[in-house]
Amino acid sequence: MIRCEHIYKSFDGKTVLEDISAEFMPGEINMIIGRSGSGKTVLLKSIAGLYPVDSGDIFYGDVSFTSLSFAERKNIRRDVGMIFQGGALLDSSTVEENVRFPLDMFTSESAAAKKERVEFCLRRVNLTGAEHLYPAELSGGMIKRVAIARAIVMNPKYLFCDEPNSGLDPVTSNVIDRLIYDITKEYKITTIVNTHDMNSVMEIGEKIVFINGGRKEWEGSSKDILFTDNEALNSFVFASNMAKKVRDAAGGAGM
Amino acid sequence: MNIFGLIGRYVVLMGKVFSKPEKWRVYRRRIVAEMESLGFNSIGIVALVSVFMGAVLMLQMCINFESPFIPRELMGYATRETMILEFSSTVVALILAGRVGSSIASEIGTMRITEQIDALEIMGVNSASYLILPKVIATVVFFPLLAILSIIVGLVGGYAVTVITGIVIPDVYLTGLKMYFKLFSIVYALIKMVVYAFIITSVSGFYGYYAKGNSLEVGRASTKAVVVSSVLILMFDLIITQISYL
Repeated sequence: MIRCEHIYKSFDGKTVLEDISAEFMPGEINMIIGRSGSGKTVLLKSIAGLYPVDSGDIFYGDVSFTSLSFAERKNIRRDVGMIFQGGALLDSSTVEENVRFPLDMFTSESAAAKKERVEFCLRRVNLTGAEHLYPAELSGGMIKRVAIARAIVMNPKYLFCDEPNSGLDPVTSNVIDRLIYDITKEYKITTIVNTHDMNSVMEIGEKIVFINGGRKEWEGSSKDILFTDNEALNSFVFASNMAKKVRDAAGGAGM
Repeated sequence: MNIFGLIGRYVVLMGKVFSKPEKWRVYRRRIVAEMESLGFNSIGIVALVSVFMGAVLMLQMCINFESPFIPRELMGYATRETMILEFSSTVVALILAGRVGSSIASEIGTMRITEQIDALEIMGVNSASYLILPKVIATVVFFPLLAILSIIVGLVGGYAVTVITGIVIPDVYLTGLKMYFKLFSIVYALIKMVVYAFIITSVSGFYGYYAKGNSLEVGRASTKAVVVSSVLILMFDLIITQISYL
């Protein structure tokens, strides 16, 4: 479980996150949604420890992450996997080397055991046979799948996904969503997905946190979204005509 | 950011770079790879520049010291000393600052803006150390070898001029090369090259590591890395020279 308490974050005097508190449960797809520039990426990266928060606290289980030393944080990070918007694969390494990288750095396993683990993870994301390709030779969907394989290779307890579907077609997006969902359920991971893709929200989202202008505006389930009275959330969710039709068909609010 | 802020940031980064590596075995592999990329692959440009530098130096010496009172052997001697003391260390370092420095800054800068550095941090890797330390070690070890290569090739270039133009009898040039030889000159050149190697990789790594924004910023970081490295090389040339001859 991850818990945020009254997080504040600013850059160069400009407040980006204001008093955000939320709880993210294990084995669930927790989603942070919001418009571009609303602060959701900053929130996710603050939770992941990439940005130090100005004030407030972040708990991984019962451990206060914000009060840990640099060395202690490193121990928690071994339990963290993250999928970045662009994949963030190491350009100079092959698919196999990318996935094996955390094992090389932090385990003393034999080469055979590492190879077996890498093959398992690549099989899990349907990428068998791509081991020797470089990131430049992969499609957008393949890059995301390699990033997922790398994120799960150390059996993480926490998985952060920063817009995992950006730049992908709807079919590939569904594949990535399904992978994230299955892995979360299979390993009981605390997964936080940062997205503005409403299809993903409706497909796999369980707990949703809506961020607007750096503040938490709304919190609930993906089903509740269709029936909310929150004006800002409604204008975000029902920005497209298709979403309005889905709401009307479901007999949602605001008809 | 003012100069003191910049220096402070650089010192903090170096503290991270020189902290204990997570796994030496991985670092060793990277050091070897960096030696090939930053050192071995620079042999061609260093040799090319050095052969012409040696040749031009020899020609200049002969043209400008044309006097019956100056023994012709001194042409070889002066070429050797100039190559060892300045050209094969300082000038070669300036060329390497352009080739290697820009490559390091743009590589690490690109990794920063494409979130590869964030990915390393999330895994619990000390990204500064993982990315910069192998480059520093590789260049500190390999660049002095490039300086030696440059000295040898430069002197060969000078010899080639004597053979091709006949401006000095080749044997006289060779006699000059052996005159008043002091081993300290070589040691001095190698010490300078070690310092320059550190400056080039650490400064370029610094500018790449703190690049932010887009590809334009990576380009700017790369330019700054080369300019600042070059200025520091010349500044430390003066400092080391002054210290060496105290």
